[in-house]
Amino acid sequence: MKMDLLTSLYVFMLAAFIGFQVIKRITPLLHTPLMSLTNALDAIAVVGAIILAGEHKTTLAAILGTIAIVSATSNIVGGFLITDRMLKMFKSSGAKKA
Amino acid sequence: MSGILGSDLLIEITYLAATALFIFSLIWMSSPVTARRGVFAGELGMALAIAGTLLHHGIVDYKLIVIALVLGTIIGIPLGKVQMTAVPQRTALSHAFGALCVTLVGTAEFYLPREAPMSRFMISVLCMEVILGALTITGSLMAAGKLQEWLPQRPITYKGQNFVNLGLLGVAVVVAVFLVIHPERTQLFPAIVAIPLIFGVMMIVPIGGADMPTVISLLNSYAGLSAAAMGFVLNSKLLIIAGALDGASGFILSMNMSKAMNRSFSNVLFGAFGQEQTTASGGAEAKPVRSATAEEAAAILSAANKVVIVPGYGMAVAQAQHKVRELFDALTKRGVDVKFGIHPVAGRMPGHMNVLLAEADIPYDKLLDMDEINGDFPQTDVALIIGANDVTNPAARNEPSSPIYGMPILDVDKARTVMVIKRGMGAGFAGIENPLYFLDRTLMLFGDAKGFVGNIVRELSGGGSH
Repeated sequence: MKMDLLTSLYVFMLAAFIGFQVIKRITPLLHTPLMSLTNALDAIAVVGAIILAGEHKTTLAAILGTIAIVSATSNIVGGFLITDRMLKMFKSSGAKKA
Repeated sequence: MSGILGSDLLIEITYLAATALFIFSLIWMSSPVTARRGVFAGELGMALAIAGTLLHHGIVDYKLIVIALVLGTIIGIPLGKVQMTAVPQRTALSHAFGALCVTLVGTAEFYLPREAPMSRFMISVLCMEVILGALTITGSLMAAGKLQEWLPQRPITYKGQNFVNLGLLGVAVVVAVFLVIHPERTQLFPAIVAIPLIFGVMMIVPIGGADMPTVISLLNSYAGLSAAAMGFVLNSKLLIIAGALDGASGFILSMNMSKAMNRSFSNVLFGAFGQEQTTASGGAEAKPVRSATAEEAAAILSAANKVVIVPGYGMAVAQAQHKVRELFDALTKRGVDVKFGIHPVAGRMPGHMNVLLAEADIPYDKLLDMDEINGDFPQTDVALIIGANDVTNPAARNEPSSPIYGMPILDVDKARTVMVIKRGMGAGFAGIENPLYFLDRTLMLFGDAKGFVGNIVRELSGGGSH
């Protein structure tokens, strides 16, 4: 258990470093779609909610888990949809002229 | 003992793949050329992780899961199809949804019966998860309400506001510490959900519209960190990584925004915006300004070689972006080199102007951020400002007494001619007078942004057909 925690801390630290390096390189042009994308990715929390609702250990856990799935799924679906819609609009002047 | 996410090898492999895909997703976001591939990678990773989770052997009941997934999809589709102008409030709303998920899972975990009691460390992380999650729920809902104009956008401030707010957060932390020391006092738990919920509301009360880019980024960061905390509680590396990536992203964006508004780091961390908005007493006597008609403006623009258009939130409010695109086309057709200069905090969220202009079909290689465009202004014939004010105020550069002194601005005053489309002579959000308007080289174009740009376009096309 102690080891698990330590490993988790290492994972968190490394992921934060990767995050800083990768996000720093993203052009300000795309900061709005970036935010909606990370929002959708963050909704991976749905996996925890699925297990809570599915294991059905207590009624409370099942109810809270179910609501949590609904809210996370709406972020996944809505987030990916709108990110793609935004990115589709970004065209370079080299591309076909309207 | 492994966490509730199980240790089935297959499940772990889907999580590993999802993690890699998420990182690729962000790497591909760095350029508009590869960005859509990034979305696809993210979707694939998400689908894999969800499919893997459904294989988890502890799941006894799929009914609720399926209903919830379908319901979430039904809610998600319209949220993915909102108008581009509504993207800031949609983003705020989705931060609230993400935080809601995390807070609910944290609460359920706390009350879950378990053989061995949770370790102290686990309880503290769980408290952090719930505190961050809860304040992000109400904070984001408040931000969304202000952006949607269901709530007054005007900042509401009172004496001792920061003291009250930080005190409230302090109480929540103290209760959490007490709970960690005495885990058997489970009746304290509702307080560490409820107090941050109230704090979230109080935190956004003093926030004005122009502070929204910073606040949205900050809430994004909080949502990510609370998800990472949830990963610690569930012992899920996938969640820790996704949360850390989201947290880092929000953190970098809020740093960018605070730098672009010349606010200090601690100012952002404690969410203590707004109090700097003490209105500077503007110069009382009316100074002379030069104004011009659409016809005159069109003549000057068509004679120019290089034009830089500086859009601000006013352009979004007036829905003028499509007219601006017509102006861009008309000038480009005449051989004028037209570019856009975009300040990091123009609009209501990071990158807001870029999305609106891209929607209006303006090629993204014409959209330049502040650092890229500032060197161009001395060689620019006309800088045309549409609905932006404080981000063009030269007082930020050369007047130490100005409240916005030190804020990086677009150096529009270095262009040969400056044109400002504006309804009237009112000051910007900070109530600061803009000396730009009184320069000899500045022409004020009084009118509604959409209407005035439309008139210029009409003049330009009329002149072309004769």
